[in-house]
Amino acid sequence: MRKSNTLNFGTGAFVLLGFAALAFLTTQITSRGLHFGSTPHYEVIAKFDNIGDLKVGAPVSMAGGQVGRVVHIDLDPREYKAVVSMRINSQYNQIPTDSDASIYTQGLLGGKFIGLTAGGADTFLKDKSEIDFTQSAFVLENLIGQLLANFAKGSNSSSSSGSSDSAPPKNPAPLPTEKHK
Amino acid sequence: MNSPASIVEIRDLRYAINGRPIFEGLDVDIAPGRVTAIMGPSGTGKTTLLRLITGQLRADSGTLIVAGQDMRGVRRTELYALRRRMGMLFQNGALLTDLNVFENVAFPLREHTDLPDRLIRQLVLTKLQAVGLRGAAELMPSELSGGMGRRVALARAIVMDPEILIYDEPFVGLDPISLGVILRLIRHLNDVLGLTSIVVSHDVHEIASVADAVYLLSGGKVAAHGAPKDLSTSSSEVVRQFIGGLPDGPVPFHFPAPDYFGELLARGEAI
Amino acid sequence: MNPIKELWRSLIEALVALGDITRFLLSIIVRIPRVLMRFDLVVRQIFNSGALSLVIIMLSGLFVGMVLGLQGFQLLQRFGSEQALGVAAAIGLVKELSPVITALLFAGRAGTALASEIGLMRATDQLSAMEMMAVDPIERVVAPRFLGGVIAMPLLAAIFSVIGVYGAQLVGVQLMHVDSGSFWSQMRAGVDIRDVNEGLVKSCIFGVACSLIAVYQGYYAVPTAEGVGRATTRTVVASAVMVLFLDYLLTSAFL
Repeated sequence: MRKSNTLNFGTGAFVLLGFAALAFLTTQITSRGLHFGSTPHYEVIAKFDNIGDLKVGAPVSMAGGQVGRVVHIDLDPREYKAVVSMRINSQYNQIPTDSDASIYTQGLLGGKFIGLTAGGADTFLKDKSEIDFTQSAFVLENLIGQLLANFAKGSNSSSSSGSSDSAPPKNPAPLPTEKHK
Repeated sequence: MNSPASIVEIRDLRYAINGRPIFEGLDVDIAPGRVTAIMGPSGTGKTTLLRLITGQLRADSGTLIVAGQDMRGVRRTELYALRRRMGMLFQNGALLTDLNVFENVAFPLREHTDLPDRLIRQLVLTKLQAVGLRGAAELMPSELSGGMGRRVALARAIVMDPEILIYDEPFVGLDPISLGVILRLIRHLNDVLGLTSIVVSHDVHEIASVADAVYLLSGGKVAAHGAPKDLSTSSSEVVRQFIGGLPDGPVPFHFPAPDYFGELLARGEAI
Repeated sequence: MNPIKELWRSLIEALVALGDITRFLLSIIVRIPRVLMRFDLVVRQIFNSGALSLVIIMLSGLFVGMVLGLQGFQLLQRFGSEQALGVAAAIGLVKELSPVITALLFAGRAGTALASEIGLMRATDQLSAMEMMAVDPIERVVAPRFLGGVIAMPLLAAIFSVIGVYGAQLVGVQLMHVDSGSFWSQMRAGVDIRDVNEGLVKSCIFGVACSLIAVYQGYYAVPTAEGVGRATTRTVVASAVMVLFLDYLLTSAFL
């Protein structure tokens, strides 16, 4: 009978260890981890012409620091734009309503993320707000198309490139690649 | 040996393995409350007969009724119910190696009954006492000698108070003392507990000393049966070879082989 | 003509074996509800298959993680993306290396123990004795061991992953001076719960396969010393092939 007590203890310890490992895996190394999801947040949306390969779970950052996460991507059937829903950490509640949301690429092999650039308005984004100024993802084919169109412009034909911006870009250069920390 | 009601009744039993016939019309009656020995040369299917009686094998044809249960088309639940009324002692004891002696004997009780631990303990110790091994209750099977292991297996076989006790070659590999112990136990338990004992063995003289009836099997049939002393005076060649331990007779000494000189000479030429 | 006949015969044999093992699995599954009522038997088997395998799993996990850290660092350095070491190691471990390597180690350590245990019980008539005592050996001996393996496997794989990530971190951050913050945050950003789930599903399926093969080989072993030996070798070989094959199937199914 003594033997079965050590046996039970050993098994219990093993099973506990296993579940602890599982818990660690699911919370500490994933993007949906507890370390982020439990903090208070609010949701905003932004519409883009082209999101590239932006994925759900991609970070939303401002001035290089992460302030939130993409939680949903949808297609607006009337405007034919991608509707991206973002969850912003509640402690960042002073983002001006005229801020800009652009899609950038992480490093060389990285995925896409959203970068917010502050505007100058006095009102701030809150739950269910929409960011009006957006810049779509950098798509290589469009750049090539633009280049070719520019060459053609040089020989006097109109330029209608594939690049589509819904708002005048804040950065003049159409090649945004910002490293995301 | 025909008693008014045989506890095991076998009529015209036929059984073959892969086309090779083992039994070709076997007739056996096991009388209740008696020790019946089943003997025969190696390979006559003594163990197979036990397996047929316990339902581990199904006969091809013939009648086999064990303790009122017709074994033809018996279903699993009926079979298990029947087996709870039987006890079997395997050739090497077949104790469960991961349980100690006490737990081995207690095994059927734990599996089939809801008896409280106290009661189980009393039953187990009683049975161990009957076989003389109450002091070995804490040992593991690996720590037991062959004879002791078999006695523990015997205690386990009787722990559920069966009606029939079957012994499969219980004397194999035992020293004279252990052999004598088992012999005495077979007779003693049979009488004290009112069992029916079926012993498969080929230790002729040993088993004849405790058996009430003997069946001698040969060639797939019963070659002889009766009380032990009847057999020693039998005129049948089969019986005489077996009882006398004669090397040659109905059971030949030589395994079938081609002509001796022919084979020797051929060898020489081939090389 | 003969090689074709041989091939045909092997094919038929393989199909028969497959049918056999499937029926065996079904007979085990049918008995599971009753086995769960004797949970103490299952607990003991979880201990035997799981807790006793911890040492080898943790050691292997550590070394695999460390190698992953080294190799991954070297490779990513070429692209200037060393900071992605965390996510690379984590994904590699969780999705592929943990389930597969844990399963192979399990087959070698726990699988052979199961097969030889049951095979020995077969060879010493213990299983027949149980049947004679009207105790169902599949319920009493086989099913608890099967369940023990199935439960232990995913837990072992999870532990392997965790230790592996730690090993990668040990090499990457401590030795190669990858930034700890990047290591973990890129991992968090790059690993999705879906990856963890896929790895979990894989290890569960591997658990079923390895445990089934082990108990099957033991139960139907030829009752001699040689037979038991063969049962154990066959367990390892069959488990390994099955795991790798299933790995391919599952990986492509998840894509």
